[in-house]
Amino acid sequence: MGQFRQCPDSGFFFDKSAERLMKANAVVAVVALLIAGILALGVVLTRWQSVHLLPADAFYTVLTGHGINGLIYWIIFFEMAVLYFASSTLLRVQLATPRWAWAGFGLMLTGAVMNNIAILSGKSSVMMTSYVPMQAQPHFYLGLILFAVGALIGCFVFLGTLVKAKDENTYEGSIPLVTFGALTAAIIAVFTIASGAIVLIPTFLWSIGYVNHIDAAMYRVIWWAFGHSSQQINVAAHVSIWYLIIGVLFGARPMSEKVSRFAFLLYILFLQLASAHHILADPGISSEWKIFNTSYAMYLAVLASLIHGLTVPGSMEIAQRRKGLTKGLFEWLRKAPWGNPVFSGFFISLVIFGFIGGITGVVMGTEQINLIIHNTIYVPAHFHATVVVGTSLTFMALTYLLIPVLFRRQTFLPKIAQWQPYVFGLGMTILILFQLGAGTLGVSRRHWDMGFTGAALSFDYAGTAYMMMAVSGVGGVLAAVGGAMFIVVAVGSLIFGKKLEPSAGFLQSFALKPLAPEVYNIDQPALLARAEKLPVEESKSSGFHSPGTFVLAMILMVCFVVYYFINWDYLSSVWPMG
Amino acid sequence: MTSFQPPAEINWWKSPIGKDEILWIGIALVWCLIMFFMMPYWHVYGKQNLSNEAYQTTPAKFQASVDEMVAKYKVGEEAGIPIVKPPAGSDVYLAGRLWQWYPILELEKDQTYRLHLSSLDWNHGFSLQPVNINLQVIPGYDMVISLTPDTTGDFGIVCNEYCGIGHHTMLGKIIVREK
Repeated sequence: MGQFRQCPDSGFFFDKSAERLMKANAVVAVVALLIAGILALGVVLTRWQSVHLLPADAFYTVLTGHGINGLIYWIIFFEMAVLYFASSTLLRVQLATPRWAWAGFGLMLTGAVMNNIAILSGKSSVMMTSYVPMQAQPHFYLGLILFAVGALIGCFVFLGTLVKAKDENTYEGSIPLVTFGALTAAIIAVFTIASGAIVLIPTFLWSIGYVNHIDAAMYRVIWWAFGHSSQQINVAAHVSIWYLIIGVLFGARPMSEKVSRFAFLLYILFLQLASAHHILADPGISSEWKIFNTSYAMYLAVLASLIHGLTVPGSMEIAQRRKGLTKGLFEWLRKAPWGNPVFSGFFISLVIFGFIGGITGVVMGTEQINLIIHNTIYVPAHFHATVVVGTSLTFMALTYLLIPVLFRRQTFLPKIAQWQPYVFGLGMTILILFQLGAGTLGVSRRHWDMGFTGAALSFDYAGTAYMMMAVSGVGGVLAAVGGAMFIVVAVGSLIFGKKLEPSAGFLQSFALKPLAPEVYNIDQPALLARAEKLPVEESKSSGFHSPGTFVLAMILMVCFVVYYFINWDYLSSVWPMG
Repeated sequence: MTSFQPPAEINWWKSPIGKDEILWIGIALVWCLIMFFMMPYWHVYGKQNLSNEAYQTTPAKFQASVDEMVAKYKVGEEAGIPIVKPPAGSDVYLAGRLWQWYPILELEKDQTYRLHLSSLDWNHGFSLQPVNINLQVIPGYDMVISLTPDTTGDFGIVCNEYCGIGHHTMLGKIIVREK
């Protein structure tokens, strides 16, 4: 009996224990996404002022649950699956210490359930950020701590698997770029989780009375080293998946290994400085510190993202041109498989992440411009462009890829799957654009009633602000429909999808049982060889290989520059202060 | 020959980089540096900056400063909240607490005030509307900014940091009049 099976369609090798861990993590991730999505409807339908669905207490409970399930549980459970895939599957090696990996999974699951119980009981509506001195129930913090410890174990299992692959010589030369990107994510994750422990453990002790005071400003600085850096894990993870998807769909290789790896290295060195983004309008922290940190030391991590922004589509363009799609600037893009949700999900994610998520993030992360944006609904608009359309839609695209490969099922309702990235992407884009607009008009985030019912004094936002919140609500409902389409396809495929492997039954799909033992008929896969060398004239030429992508990148740059200075102009119109 | 195989070249770090990549990295790097230097530039030449002046305080101490100012300069009352008209150039204290901005301030246009902000309980968010200036207000810290209102009218102070069930009722006011 062997340890591995090879997927006959994709050629990937799956280690038996890694396979079950990936399935288990992915399944729990989708459950968390389902919870986050249902709660999202409560949020958008309440902030849509003429609907105003929920009462205040329920709204804040739902908003807390939406944030934590969407941003933490859905994404990090899925990332665990990605880490195991990028190490064990891509490097053709058995997962190191699978028992530890299961222990980590168990801790994460226990923590997630414990934390959700605290939230949904309605007694820990403190938002994802849980700023002290507002206090949640002790098991709110304890759940997060257990979850983080579990995730940390997962990161070390990933690192151990890399060591094991090196030790057993399962691959030639350097690790593949996708694994390198996943390694970047894991390194940032270790930093992030350490920061989380530093801030959440004392906060937990405070909630049970063993610590009597936690400084509110200090809490924000350290909490954001956890809160923001965890978003940088997502960036590194989804950029790696972009490279994986273009590799699988187009046989693309990076334009330059050196440049793409250097960009990931910049992430490791500088991304975690961004905790400053959330404390630019805080007292007690100097401008020097804010400027250095908010700009990742002179925007070096932004530089890295701009590099990936060129090299990801550029690598795809080169692969497409090599196949003969060379007409004009954009034939390679026009003739891409737009009906394949793996591609459309990836590409929509790339465009919205870059054009909206990236640009708004840098603009509001500018020390002074932050004064006109801090805590307005512009902020959630920004991060829905980065973690929802950027990370989540990328994960959805990857799920479509994994349903046949990992779960050995055919996609259920393929027509729905085909439309899903468009519906979800369009809905989210509407929500994002109109919340950006409302935020520019000063509408607050995390606020139950923009009409201020019951306040002693009164203030009226502009009528346009109400209109924008309503349109964003329509976008939110459309996005929820897109999210539901994803859940139906993903869960439906695991239950009703045609079996590609006779033993890929219900229990197997949900990781409760492995596939039939005879499926695992390989002891050790063949050595993972280096990529084929390109013909000399191509590999040595330093010409313009991806003109279409370069034009797109320049359009991005022009939008970036114009929007950046528009915001400085807006800032210059507010009351002078210093 | 793909992104999930090891690089083709043994010494991949020596392979030449395409012109498009080099050019893009150059453009992007220049833009990054411009954005970086905009921030110190604005500290010198711009008019909207944070002062970096802040002190540790306690809710009781800050409350005392607020009360002292209210006693000295109270000119009226609205909805039970005192309206205070401190002299131009003076230290003005505004407290955020569950769920009120206290007191209401009456200021003169084009005069500069040293505005002190602090919270007496949880985090609050000072969001001056429709001017749209947003600051974090943290318990235990007294943040000072020199504010020069240059438009007249009644302005709302929305709380834009979540502070519990009454968060949406936490509304304050600044009145700015011609000199």
